[in-house]
Order: sequence, then C-alpha cells, then structure tokens
Amino acid sequence: MKLSEFFVTGEPLIYAGMVAIVLVTCAIVFLLTYFKRWGWLWREWLTTVDHKKIGIMYILSALAMLFRGGVDALMMRVQLAFPDLNFLNSQHYNEIFTTHGTVMIIFMAMPFLIGLMNIVVPLQIGARDFAFPYVNALSFWSFFFGALLFNISFVIGGSPDAGWTSYTPLAGAALSPGPGQNFYLLGLQLSGIGTLATGINLMVTILKMRAPGMKLFQMPIFTWSTLVTCFIIIFAFPILTVALALMTIDRIFGAQFFTLTGEGMPMLWANLFWMWGHPEVYIVILPAFGIFSEIIATFANKRLFGYKAMVWSMILIAGLSFLVWVHHFFTMGAGAFVNSVFSVSTMLIAVPTGVKIFNWLGTLYKSKIQFTTPMLWSLAFIPSFVIGGVTGVMLGMAAADYQFHNSYFLIAHFHYVLIAGTVFACFAGLEYWYPKMFGHKLNQKLGKLSFWLFVIGFHITFFPQYFLGLDGMPRRLFDTAPEWFTLNFISTIGAFGMGAGFALFVLNIYYSYKTSPREKTGDSWDGRTLEWATPTPIPHYNFATQPTVKELDAFHDMKKRGETTYDESKLKPIHMPNYSGQPFIMMGLLFFSSFALVFEWIILSAVFLVAVLVMMGIHSFDYDDGYHVEVEDIKRTERQLRGLNDEHTGS
Amino acid sequence: MASSTKRIPTQHIIGYVLSIVLTLVAAWVALKSNLPTLWIIVGILLLAVIQAGIQLIMFMHMVEFESNNGHIPWNMMFHGFVAAAIVVAGSLFTMVYGF
Repeated sequence: MKLSEFFVTGEPLIYAGMVAIVLVTCAIVFLLTYFKRWGWLWREWLTTVDHKKIGIMYILSALAMLFRGGVDALMMRVQLAFPDLNFLNSQHYNEIFTTHGTVMIIFMAMPFLIGLMNIVVPLQIGARDFAFPYVNALSFWSFFFGALLFNISFVIGGSPDAGWTSYTPLAGAALSPGPGQNFYLLGLQLSGIGTLATGINLMVTILKMRAPGMKLFQMPIFTWSTLVTCFIIIFAFPILTVALALMTIDRIFGAQFFTLTGEGMPMLWANLFWMWGHPEVYIVILPAFGIFSEIIATFANKRLFGYKAMVWSMILIAGLSFLVWVHHFFTMGAGAFVNSVFSVSTMLIAVPTGVKIFNWLGTLYKSKIQFTTPMLWSLAFIPSFVIGGVTGVMLGMAAADYQFHNSYFLIAHFHYVLIAGTVFACFAGLEYWYPKMFGHKLNQKLGKLSFWLFVIGFHITFFPQYFLGLDGMPRRLFDTAPEWFTLNFISTIGAFGMGAGFALFVLNIYYSYKTSPREKTGDSWDGRTLEWATPTPIPHYNFATQPTVKELDAFHDMKKRGETTYDESKLKPIHMPNYSGQPFIMMGLLFFSSFALVFEWIILSAVFLVAVLVMMGIHSFDYDDGYHVEVEDIKRTERQLRGLNDEHTGS
Repeated sequence: MASSTKRIPTQHIIGYVLSIVLTLVAAWVALKSNLPTLWIIVGILLLAVIQAGIQLIMFMHMVEFESNNGHIPWNMMFHGFVAAAIVVAGSLFTMVYGF
C-alpha cells in the first residue's frame, strides 16, 4: 500500500485537520513534558479505577466528540445554506453526515450519560465504587480507543460514507470498497465491548451495593433510569455485536450475509441494526429523563410527583422499545399487517412517555421554582421534547410515514428528541453535578447566556426542517434546490447559534475555574439524594460510614432529622481496589489489532489479538486484592473535609 | 472474600477452553464437514445449547457449593429467552411474512 493511499489526500479541509492534529498533539506533549506531568497522567488518570475519575474522563471525551460532531454539523449546514455552494463535494458530504451521526450517538450521547452515571450512581446509592472497578476502567478505555479508531478515519484511510445506519448493500464490500466502512464496523465493535461491560457493571452495582435499608423503590430516580437502561444495554447490544461481526465477516472474509449476490439478505442488516438501534435511542433518552427528574425535584423543592408511575413508565418504555424497530423501515414493503403491528406498538410508547411529561408538570405545579441553569435546561426540555414526540407519533403511522420517510421531517423529529432530550440533559446534568465533581459551580450568568443561545439556536435550526421535509427535501442531499433556500438559510443561522452556545459553555468551564467561589459544603443545591451528603471534594472512598436509608430522598430526610452520613463511632477500615495499568494497555493492544483489521492486514491483527489474550491471561492470575484505608486516615480526611475539630485525633 | 483462598480458577479455565473448543467444532461443522444442511443446523443448535450450559454452570454460579448450592437467576434467564425470541420470531415476522 502506498503512503498516498494510507493518508487521505486532496482535500484542503482535511489537510487543515491534519495540521491541527499534529499541532495539538505537539502542544499536549510539550505541556506534559514542560510541567513534568507524564507521571501524574499515568498514576492519577490512565491507571485509575476510581469511578469518579473515570466518569470525568468519559465526560471530557464526550465533550471533545460533541465538538467534532458539531463541526461536522456546521460544515453540513454551511454547504446547505445556499444552492450550488460547492463548499463540500458529494463524497465529502457523505462522509461528514455519516461521521456526524455515528459520533453523536455512539461517541457523544452514550459516553456523556455513562460518564454522569459513573460519577453519580455509586454516590446516590451510598456505594464506595462500582461492583467491578477494574472492568469499569476497561470499559472506559474500550470506548476511548473505539472512538479514537473511528475518528482517525478522516485523515488515515478515509471516513465511512454509507450513513450512520450503514445500510447494506451500499455498505458492503462491493459498493463501498476500502477501509472506510471497516473503521465504522471495528470502531463500534471496540467501543461496544465497553458499553456492554458498563451495563453489566452498573446493574450489579445497583442491585448489590445499595446502602443498607435502601429498597428498590427508594432509589433515586436517576439510579432507576440507569438500572432500566442497563437492562436495555444488556439485551440490545449483543444484537449490534452480532450484526457488526456478520458485516465484518462479509467485508473482510468474503461471506454473503448481507450481499446482493450469493443469497445474501441486505434488508436483514436493517432489521438487525434497528433491533439494536431502537432500544439504543432509549438507552440515550431514559437516563436523560432521570437527570431531568432529579433536577426538577431539586429546584421545585418538592418530592418528585408520581415517583412510582415514573419508574413503571420507564420499565414499560424499556419493554416496548424492543417491539417497535420496524417503524424505521416501514417503506421496506413488508405489507400492511406487519406495518400495522409496529405502527400500533410505536404509538403505545407515547402513553408512558406522556405519563412522565404529566408527572414533571405535576412536580412543578404550585412549587417555588428556582431558575438555575440546570433547571432552565429542564424546563426548556419539556415543550421541546413534546414537539419531537408528537411528530414522532406522526411518523409512527405507517401510511403517513410513506410521505415523511427519508425527508427532512424525520431529521427534524429525531433532532428534536435527541437534542432536546439527551443533549439538554447532558448540559443540565453536567451543570447540576459540576460542583460535586470539581468543587465549584459553573458561572450562572454565562451558563444562562449559553443556554439561551443554544436553545433558541436549536429551535431556529430544526423547526424549519419540519417544513423542508413537508416541502419534499430528502435527507442526505448534498446540494439543495432554490425552492428550499429560505428555510435552509434560516436553519444554518440557527446552527451557528447552537455552535456559539456550545463555545460559551466551554468558555464557562474555564471562566468558572478561575472565578467561581469554591464549595464549602458538599450540598451545593440543597439536594435531596445521597450524593449531596458526601463532602466536596469527595474522598476517594466516597462514604466513610455507609448511611442507613429509610425513605426516598434519603438525604432530604436526614437533613430534616439533623443527621449526617458520617458516624465516627462506626468507622472501620475500608477495602479499596488498587489502580492498574492493565486496562489501558489491553485496550490499546486491541486498538492496534482493530486498526490492522481495518486495513485487512490479517496477520498483524492476529498478532495484536494474541497480545490481548496474553494480557487477559496475566490478569486471570493476578491476585491483587486491593488495600485497606486505615481508620486513622479516614478520620483525618473526614474531619478536615467536614471542618470538625480534631481534639481527639491522637496523632 | 471467600474465594481468596482458592488461587487457581480451575472451573473458569476448563469452561473457557471448552467454549473455545465448542466454537471451533461449530465452525468446522458449518464450513468443512460435508453433512447435509439439516444435520448441520441441528448440530450447531445442539452445540449452542451445550455452550449455554457451560456458561451457566462454569461462570454464572448456578451450582456453587459456597452459596447454598448456587443461585439460579430465573428472572434474567426469562428475560434473555424473551429477548432471543423477539429477535428470532421478530426477524422471521418482518423479513418473511407479508411479502
């Protein structure tokens, strides 16, 4: 293979991207060397198994991916602003809408939410870490290297260009030769390992490691949403794993599962993809519901209205999410009966979702609302999401879907649910739990400004797209026609508004780091759940003594009774896991193995795979049982953090 | 930790080797054996059932002396069967029925 085939050549924008990558890498290497931080990076971050640090790494990566996907989006919007603009050619446009979709769903939305779950869930249930901290680190690095593999495709080898759904036969070897599509398959496969492992890990954590006394129906609602999400992950992700493996075997080893020749069934890919894909959209929306519920209850200063109904509607949504996948391809032509069945099941999902909407309104009803930034995101979510939901029901009617299918109406619909649901929740959740993670709040003024820019920009971007769809503009079109000019132009203006909102959000992180007052207590917002009972910064073992939970909103209940979670008389040595470099190395090796497979260098790939197996073998015989934090150390840390006097420390 | 006295995870190693062997056998049956198609399908299904059994017994603590003769996760198994049934029956329903 020639070097000019290995690197992507001939595109000024991509050359600029390469230069940017080289410069940023040099800058990072220089800064780490200059400040002598390599050891710190390795000891504190790359080898960590602490759920709080892993969560922060997830969120940082997700923000980077949001930037990447956002730049893709802005480039698309620029191209579509004027007819015949030729900012991007058709091939480049295809690559960009493919990477935009894949990055936003797989490498932005999920990791962002999993990052928040990482940090918050163990704290909410009064646990000291995940059930399997080592596996948690493994999950993160598998996601990180999966994302890396997918993202380098735009400078090395060429990006995938068959859409984030990668429908066969287009995505098969015959019509999409070259490494591009392999990047998609292996990037997703690699990060999928981590997602599945996190699903199992969090499920065990929630089921087995709750604080004494906490019954299932006393768990905070975000933990509930995480548990339900874990079920969906565990049942849905294997389908994706198998589908990706089948297509990989098709493309690299010449099988005929999804091909046009050799009795392959191209539509079976769409079928399998959406069997995972539909539950997937609930994987990213249910935690968002959980986040909004927490925030709305906190800032309405009320117990969440209809807690049990909320939980049951999430469980119902999770169950129904496995029974609606065909609505993504009604136009395949499966006949009236099949389409009707899935049309009905699709519309059924609106029922539990509606229940949740009314419960949020019920929580807000007659309450004294504090308009903080996280609350603003949550309040903006409700009407915006309803617009997305209602148009979703329109799409769910099979007969009408023949009109809407593959048009901008669909684009507008799923951006209304995914941005107003998931992205708003990511911002809201990050701002809400930010003081818990970093010891200071994000600046409210800048936060509100970025909120308004983003939300107004969002509606200006996507509301016109409903009408573009009704005017017949198909999706994935790289060049618009003059009759769609006005609405497209408005939409592009909105997109830059969202971009400005995001930029301001990132700026706010820096600004707040410099200027925000540091938190003195752990309870930044007068919270209701146990994560606010820990001091800030949270000691690495989270809870010195495990609290006993008596009712929902455990911390609110404790505050009313004047109790804290800390009971010095009950201190015992705490068993904690040791940090380990293995997850990073193991997944790094798997990354190289996948990279070699992308270029179909089978032997090299096998060599790295054997190295991964050796690492697994080493870990199997690794009898590291962790260490104990001594009572004296705990006492010292807690007294210092809680500002207690230390007359009896005896040290 | 109850298991910290037992240093070599014999059961896991046996289970791991057995699952690899079974996978290789299934691949051989499908690709290299010259059996009739029906027998190939029956053979693979049979191997899959044995594979699932190994997973449950060797890895999933179904029969474990230390924890009151094991814990059988009926709930999860039921949901697993339902999910598998949806995938298989659902695919047949949408891909074959109605055309």
